[in-house]
Amino acid sequence: MFDTFLLESVINGILLGGVLALLALGLNLIFGVIDVVWICYAELVMIGMYAIWWLHVYYGVPLPGAIVSAVMVVALMGVLLHRLVIEPVLGKPPINQLLVTGGVLFFLQAAATLAFGIEFRNLGLRMPVVEFGDMFFSFARLLAFGTALAGVLLLWLFLTRSYLGTAIRAISQDREIMPLMGVDPRRIYLITSAIGGGMAGVAASLLVLQYDVHPAIGLSFGPITFMICVMGGLGNMLGGFLAAFVFAQFISVGGYFFQIEWGYVIAFAFFIAMMFIRPKGLFSR
Amino acid sequence: MDKRIPAVIGIAALAAVPQLGLGNYHLHLLITVLIWGFVYTSWSVMGRFGMVSLGHGAFLGVGAYVVTMLWNSYGLTPWLGIPAAVAMSMVMALLVGYPCFRFRIVGHYFALVTLALGEVVRLTIVGLRDQTGGSLGMTVTAVPDGTSLLALQFGERTVFFYVALLVWLFGLWVWRVVDRSMLRYALEASSEDEDAAASVGVNVTRAKLAITMLSAAMTTLGGALYAQYQMYINPETVSGIGISLQIVFAVIAGGLFTQLGPTVGAMFTLLLAETLRVSFGHDIHGLDGTVYGLLLVLFIIYMPKGITGSLAALLTRGRAEPGAPAAGLAPSR
Repeated sequence: MFDTFLLESVINGILLGGVLALLALGLNLIFGVIDVVWICYAELVMIGMYAIWWLHVYYGVPLPGAIVSAVMVVALMGVLLHRLVIEPVLGKPPINQLLVTGGVLFFLQAAATLAFGIEFRNLGLRMPVVEFGDMFFSFARLLAFGTALAGVLLLWLFLTRSYLGTAIRAISQDREIMPLMGVDPRRIYLITSAIGGGMAGVAASLLVLQYDVHPAIGLSFGPITFMICVMGGLGNMLGGFLAAFVFAQFISVGGYFFQIEWGYVIAFAFFIAMMFIRPKGLFSR
Repeated sequence: MDKRIPAVIGIAALAAVPQLGLGNYHLHLLITVLIWGFVYTSWSVMGRFGMVSLGHGAFLGVGAYVVTMLWNSYGLTPWLGIPAAVAMSMVMALLVGYPCFRFRIVGHYFALVTLALGEVVRLTIVGLRDQTGGSLGMTVTAVPDGTSLLALQFGERTVFFYVALLVWLFGLWVWRVVDRSMLRYALEASSEDEDAAASVGVNVTRAKLAITMLSAAMTTLGGALYAQYQMYINPETVSGIGISLQIVFAVIAGGLFTQLGPTVGAMFTLLLAETLRVSFGHDIHGLDGTVYGLLLVLFIIYMPKGITGSLAALLTRGRAEPGAPAAGLAPSR
């Protein structure tokens, strides 16, 4: 028997995969270039969501304006994070770098609680539902999927076609030689941090259309983002992109057969199992 | 002078504390420090060898939930429930640890694999909501008169203080045994260079597995103890990233490489939270976390050895100076 609901959750999984891919891409870019994992990446997304909510609901800034400002705010936060927190520990053991951003995670989460309270906030938008052959999809999800793909494509074009993008890729391949070729790694790191932060801002604008904002929201999709990056091979952008869709299917279809938590449990268990079969990532050569 | 004398005096002083007539509040703080001091020590047993686990919430959660579920549903005494939970955690540590160490998953990758493990346990607890109460948490069924040795429940806080003190001392003892064992040298060598360690005959996988299972078992005991004391557990407070990161940070704040470092970390974080709570009240949510997060960032950047590590460095420097060679011969620094 053909199961329409199963097909619906598979397609919803693909739509979710687009947003996860965008999230993973920002994190992968940072890791690939600066060699640091931002454990607080999802918290930057949370700040972006709050910024949009605050500008739109409190100050009545039209949504597109609020989104553009939020992307810039989060990009700036990425730069600040790099300057104030990452730069002092760049030469230190990698685990210190991981943990220092974990401290930022605590800080941002608590600061958001302090500023906005623990209530769930939403934009109060009513997004239309798209019907397609007995299946229903939320318009917000379709929009998010489209924007995420466009974002991924733009980043790819930037990295492969522009001079600056080429410099960024070169630094990620050889940190020692590139400075000799006249590339200033410090400047590249700052630009990368800004782009990574900006991608978190774009992800925030897509998520805020579908979900309520609360200070702990980062914890609900942060871990999944790290898993995707590791499974795709940390720093491997194409791998991360594909892994996002694999993961999204586990969550969506697993959630269809069981409960949503079990979808996540299966996804994480799959991740742990995959680490043993392909420790360097699903798509490593 | 026997080096054990200060330790004996210290333990005797601690044991005498409940007789001073402290109020319930202060006793509660002390018990909390002892329980968390034990949990943090359990983490540092493996963390000090560069094996940074961000998933100890998994073991803490197993300790708290397995023991409580066995007691609530089947009336099985924690005296049997705790060994069952410990065995379960050790199997879990073995299943995840063996491939990790065999395939040399270290650093970032190890931290992220363990983080996934912590999430698996948290989400499993939430998912089993018919048995565990899900995100609402669950209450340990209390015995009628509040105190029962069989149920490991003590209505009297003073009694629980001694239980916690014993467990905490056990943790410090294990730390010292590891510190003086060959295992320590094997693991220190492995954390520097696995190939070199293996070439001089260290079985890297087995050494890492042993310390991981030990740490997991201790953490599970800590989780069970926490549940028995609080009588209420919740997936967020015993499992998941929040608590796993809290363990790591408290240890780093206190000092990763000293015996009392984790306990100092527990004292430090609790005092910070309580001071802020008392001075600003309950109304301002998130203030303690904001200060805490900021301090952690500063600690990792400027004081990676933690409070005890930096103090020790300061003391040895202070002691070295009087014994320095006479002026003129002193090497210029």
